[in-house]
Amino acid sequence: MNNLTKVMAAPHIHSGRYTAGIMRDVLISLLPATVAGVIIFGMRALLVIAVCLVCSIGFEAVFNLITKKSQTVSDLSAAVTGLLLALNLPANIPVWQCVVGSLFAIVVVKCLFGGIGNNLVNPAITARVFMLVAFGSLTTAAFPVDAVAGATPLAAEQMPSLMTLFLGNYGGSIGETCTAALFLGGIYLLARRVITWHIPTVFIGTVFVFSYITEGFDLVSALGFTMAGGLFIGAIFMATDYVTSPFTAWGKVIFGIGAGFLTCMIRYFGIYPEGVSFAILFMNILNPYINRLTRHKIFASGGTSL
Amino acid sequence: MAFSLTGIHLPHRKNTIKQPLAVMSAPQSVAIPMSMHIGRPAVPTVKVGDTVKVGTKIGDANGKISACVFSSVSGKVIKLSEYLGSDGSVTTAVVIESDGEMTIDPEIARPVVNNREELVSAIRESGIVGLGGAGFPTHVKLDVDPSKIEYLIINGAECEPYITSDSVTMMTKADDMKYALLELNRLIGIGKVIIGIENNKKEAIASMKEMASSIKDFQVTVRALRTLYPQGGEKVLVYHTTGRKIPTGKLPIDVGCVVLNCTTLAAIGAYLKTGMPLVEKCVTVEGGAVKNPQNVLARIGTSLQDLFEFCGGLTEQPTKIIYGGPMMGITVPNADYPLLSNTNAVLALTAKEAWLPKTTACIRCGTCVNTCPFGLAPANIAEAYEKKDTDALEELSITTCMECGCCSFVCPSNRPLAQINRLSKQLLKEKKREEKKS
Repeated sequence: MNNLTKVMAAPHIHSGRYTAGIMRDVLISLLPATVAGVIIFGMRALLVIAVCLVCSIGFEAVFNLITKKSQTVSDLSAAVTGLLLALNLPANIPVWQCVVGSLFAIVVVKCLFGGIGNNLVNPAITARVFMLVAFGSLTTAAFPVDAVAGATPLAAEQMPSLMTLFLGNYGGSIGETCTAALFLGGIYLLARRVITWHIPTVFIGTVFVFSYITEGFDLVSALGFTMAGGLFIGAIFMATDYVTSPFTAWGKVIFGIGAGFLTCMIRYFGIYPEGVSFAILFMNILNPYINRLTRHKIFASGGTSL
Repeated sequence: MAFSLTGIHLPHRKNTIKQPLAVMSAPQSVAIPMSMHIGRPAVPTVKVGDTVKVGTKIGDANGKISACVFSSVSGKVIKLSEYLGSDGSVTTAVVIESDGEMTIDPEIARPVVNNREELVSAIRESGIVGLGGAGFPTHVKLDVDPSKIEYLIINGAECEPYITSDSVTMMTKADDMKYALLELNRLIGIGKVIIGIENNKKEAIASMKEMASSIKDFQVTVRALRTLYPQGGEKVLVYHTTGRKIPTGKLPIDVGCVVLNCTTLAAIGAYLKTGMPLVEKCVTVEGGAVKNPQNVLARIGTSLQDLFEFCGGLTEQPTKIIYGGPMMGITVPNADYPLLSNTNAVLALTAKEAWLPKTTACIRCGTCVNTCPFGLAPANIAEAYEKKDTDALEELSITTCMECGCCSFVCPSNRPLAQINRLSKQLLKEKKREEKKS
């Protein structure tokens, strides 16, 4: 035998699960919400989605070209960011704002910090918060449901019916209103083992319990507050972002409780109508500390690694 | 047992279990390295031109942690060549041209052993080392204070894909294993015996249960364990069979256990019966590139090329040739390498089998953290290694890592985490050495 065989360190086989495949699963899981968004908000929603997707992928490609880094577009993470950002925007948003938002998400939040895996905070969430602050009135106007939920949470008579909230036929961001579609996507992610149940369940559960108490133990009203606004899309798709959420099950539980609690605090006491984005962003910043405090106990090493 | 350690489900690919064990006659020549074990290489006791027979000693153990080496064929020593070991060390290999006679050395006789000391020195003269792959000299393991031994654990987990040689041994060499257990009990006193086998090996479990029930003098239990890699890791096995945790840096005997691989036990039995040292080995020859994958009883020192040819040859150029399993095995650059005493499998993997995704940036998914059987955080270890931060590596308990490879296997970015762990251990060791000097 003249041809040499490969010599390298073990292991020599792989699970077959790789980054682009995971990102592809996330894109698939967002499909129901995307379709629902286009049905509810019309072709304008499709335009917003297309612009965010194209801009996000394009900005990452261009950034990699300019900085002479290896091309990372094929890992599909830029596509996920673009789609998530679009689903968090109202359908009537000006196109130029979509472009600026994508630029902020991809270049400022992700690429400048070192690209995939190195961003401190979730790009889509941060861009959404940036847009909320920078283009304030427009974005706020697009969240009629949250205006109710946030400013006067007890004005329950203005809350759409639970069925409307479940199917999503009311005002809000493109992808956040149809709870049914988001739920379906979440089930897919769980089935494909892309995410675990911890963050979504604990996050949504915390908000539900808090609302149930503050709503005077009124189940319908509490469910309404839970399904309205960006909680489902945030808890299932944004808070579970690998890079900015904890490793271990206990870490994820803490992350979920923290995000849920902050969401309620902002909804009730904050000046902004919606708190999910701010809550996740804040927990993103705490993530390294949560990770450090929730490491696994090491087998017979004489204690934890801390 | 409070908890079961985490692990991974691997494709079994244990197809050779259905094939009968094929006996391969002596090849034209064998190359027998002086280092087929952990510890110092043996010192060659023959020179070019010497005539040797089957079982003639050709290398003497050098120091306590070392092992003797024996000729596996009868014939003439034609060369003492340089041998590049898998750890990068260069030792000598004795190349013997077979005369085809397979004459047995007349000095071979059943060893007379009547106490522990005699047993330990007899095993030392048998060349038997850990045959599960590690190659730790067996006589060192048995040379412990007998009052400390509460359990003798026989490792029949065989958790790596492809490999079935341990299963075949358990199915065909139960007599040798029983004889070894009786003798070990007579000479050392081994406490309770637990044979741990993954529960996907029904035939091996049945064979061992039958053997266990025929022993009346002491307790032998067969434990069917979950089929979950790395079940056969020493610490994992001890924990899952006894509930005892071997602390980092300690040995099984520190928690009252001696662990022997099932094939090692069979080799001890065969040696105590006949006095023939370790000269042949049952090895699984497998992989997509092998025409007729099967278990082969072959002479130690047989080249991999001869082994492949015995199995119908290679159907395509393999991407990798591996000693051992695909999770912890060691690659060699070509098929000229010999079969070692501690080789339990030889794999010739095709490009498809050995496919690995492109290595990309860590996405901090935490899969490695949640997969590590010992609760280590490979993602953090890799960060610390990149910064050469030895304090952080120590805090992350890098020395606890058993290098099972689960982290690399599951990493969606295909980062070489297990290898980074090995390098991290080395880095920490060097740092410690420097500190000691200054």
